[in-house]
Amino acid sequence: MAASRFTVFRSAGVRFAATYAGLLALSAAALALFLWWATAGLLDRQTEAAIRADAQGLSERWEDGGTKALIAIIGERLAGNVDDDAIYLLADATHKLVTGNLDRWPATVQETGRFYELTVTRSGMRSLARVQAFDLPDGFQLVIGRDVVVRTQLRHLLTDALLWALVLVCGMATIGAILVRSLFRRTLANVSATAQAIAGGDFTQRVRLSGRGDEFDQLADVINDMLDRIGRLMEGVRQVSNAIAHDLRTPITRARTRLEDATLHAETPVELRAAIERATADLDGIVGVFQALLRIAEIEAGSRRAAFARIDLAAPLAAVAELYEAVAEERGVTLSTTLPDHVMSFGDAALIQQAVANLVDNAVKFSPSGGAASLSARLLGGGLEIAVTDHGPGIPTEDRQKATQRFYRGETARHTPGSGLGLALVQAVAQLHGGVLRLEDAEPGLRAVLALPLSGDAPAA
Amino acid sequence: MRILVVEDDKDVAGFIVRGLKEAGHVVEHAENGRDGLFMAVSEPFDAIVLDRMLPGGIDGLKILETLRSQKNATPVLILSALADVTERVKGLKAGGDDYLTKPFAFAELLARVEALSRRGKSEGPTTKLVVEDLEMDLLSRQVKRAGQKIDLQPREFRLLEYLMRHAGQVVTRTMLLEGVWDYHFDPQTNVIDVHVSRLRQKVDKPFPVPLIQTIRNAGYTLRAERV
Repeated sequence: MAASRFTVFRSAGVRFAATYAGLLALSAAALALFLWWATAGLLDRQTEAAIRADAQGLSERWEDGGTKALIAIIGERLAGNVDDDAIYLLADATHKLVTGNLDRWPATVQETGRFYELTVTRSGMRSLARVQAFDLPDGFQLVIGRDVVVRTQLRHLLTDALLWALVLVCGMATIGAILVRSLFRRTLANVSATAQAIAGGDFTQRVRLSGRGDEFDQLADVINDMLDRIGRLMEGVRQVSNAIAHDLRTPITRARTRLEDATLHAETPVELRAAIERATADLDGIVGVFQALLRIAEIEAGSRRAAFARIDLAAPLAAVAELYEAVAEERGVTLSTTLPDHVMSFGDAALIQQAVANLVDNAVKFSPSGGAASLSARLLGGGLEIAVTDHGPGIPTEDRQKATQRFYRGETARHTPGSGLGLALVQAVAQLHGGVLRLEDAEPGLRAVLALPLSGDAPAA
Repeated sequence: MRILVVEDDKDVAGFIVRGLKEAGHVVEHAENGRDGLFMAVSEPFDAIVLDRMLPGGIDGLKILETLRSQKNATPVLILSALADVTERVKGLKAGGDDYLTKPFAFAELLARVEALSRRGKSEGPTTKLVVEDLEMDLLSRQVKRAGQKIDLQPREFRLLEYLMRHAGQVVTRTMLLEGVWDYHFDPQTNVIDVHVSRLRQKVDKPFPVPLIQTIRNAGYTLRAERV
């Protein structure tokens, strides 16, 4: 999976670089095209304009003085042509030369009104010319042109220069693209190396920050936060599986032993039945522990936060007290409750009720006969505090941290029934609501305080 | 009672079918979703025990939804290994009448199935419950036994009401927790036993025949003890 993700990164880099190179080449080509049109094109257009102006002049002269005057002006113009680039040719209907500086009528020139680019022989020299033919009355024909050898050379030069420039630009675009791509890869390599290391099992790796605080640093921050959370969850899972392996081994062993013992040694059906019943009860206990674990896991997963609402806890808390009052009385414990008329909070009433039930259950269980336990709730500076106090043995200060871990059983609790999951569930409920579970000394005894924030914005655990 | 059991696990199914037959019911068994759906729609049953995850492309919820869309109101007990609160809600929303998670004690299943079939019969709104010489007036909220008035706390009243509504049937501790206290979790201490024993003090102690019976490994039932 890590390899395929890496390929995706790479191809994204290529795509990025190719886009960059393509855009650069495209804009360079557009620029070259414009330059070519503006220079080489201009030369052609200038030649054509000169030919047209010449034709205009000659036609005026012909109108004034006929063929004779035309011959005269052609001679005049040829003589006065300093650049030696003008081309004139007057021929009769049979293409026989009358005057001009071309050796003979160019064979390719058939039509009038359009420009021809052709090789001409002028005073024994071959040259390149751009010409146009005109029909005159009496069957005379006139060719006017310009020698364009120099201009063509210039145009070739220009074209070559532009083409070379384009090649250069393409080369630079490629180099640029490679640079962009490697930049892209270098930035992501950091992330992908971390991801690969983690996929390979090294969960301590984190994405390095460049310290610039840019978008990549922000991404790295988010990824690191995510990895921290996953790490915590994994640690939790590891703890639970260790605890399960360790703590469920005992009851499973007991159930197994009972069944095997009964198979080997039970003498009567009554004995056998009794052994099976005890083993079934053991299994029920194991199932109970599993259900408690699953419930804690469900709470810790945070999916129940979606069902949070504004709630009044007065009735659910009173119901808990009412449920346990009978048990307390039977054990000779006085359970007193101090609840305001309304206990407004935000969260999941059933979960809070279960958490408080666990606390009251503990309080009643650990209270000595004749002792007193209490459940109270009060609003305190923007938060709600639900306190359950007993005057039992309490939890030693050094063990209070451990008390909320799954399967923790205090020394004093060894001989009291319980799974060691009660406080872990309360802790999970508190965290889900963005609150805390505080264990305090009630001198003597334990005061467990479930402190919940009143606002709805519980932080992500 | 005629009960349909739709369950694919042979051991579990055999256990349920045997148990229900021993309890005097007529039981049909389907071992996949297709057969289960076919039997459920084509034959009348008093109750259906429905496993959620079934082979054959049709799972328990699908069967349930099909039944309910056909206005078939046969009470259904959903049996599932999915114990999440959300899964439970999903099952009940699909039209299930009760939800029991695996693994379960047979006594729990039997008690719930029998309670279901009772719920299936449309009773008119009752104002008075009578079991033997015990009378409960739901309007004036008074309880009398052998003509003698008994004072009960509100919760004791609801506990007794639940027992009386299910008179002659076994009700488990979990059923009482859910039905009377609306608790859907397992309190670690046997709180229910204490509440029942308090109720006994008031309802049974002063009278010669006890009505609230403890059923070993199962729960309680309300009936006169006859041997």
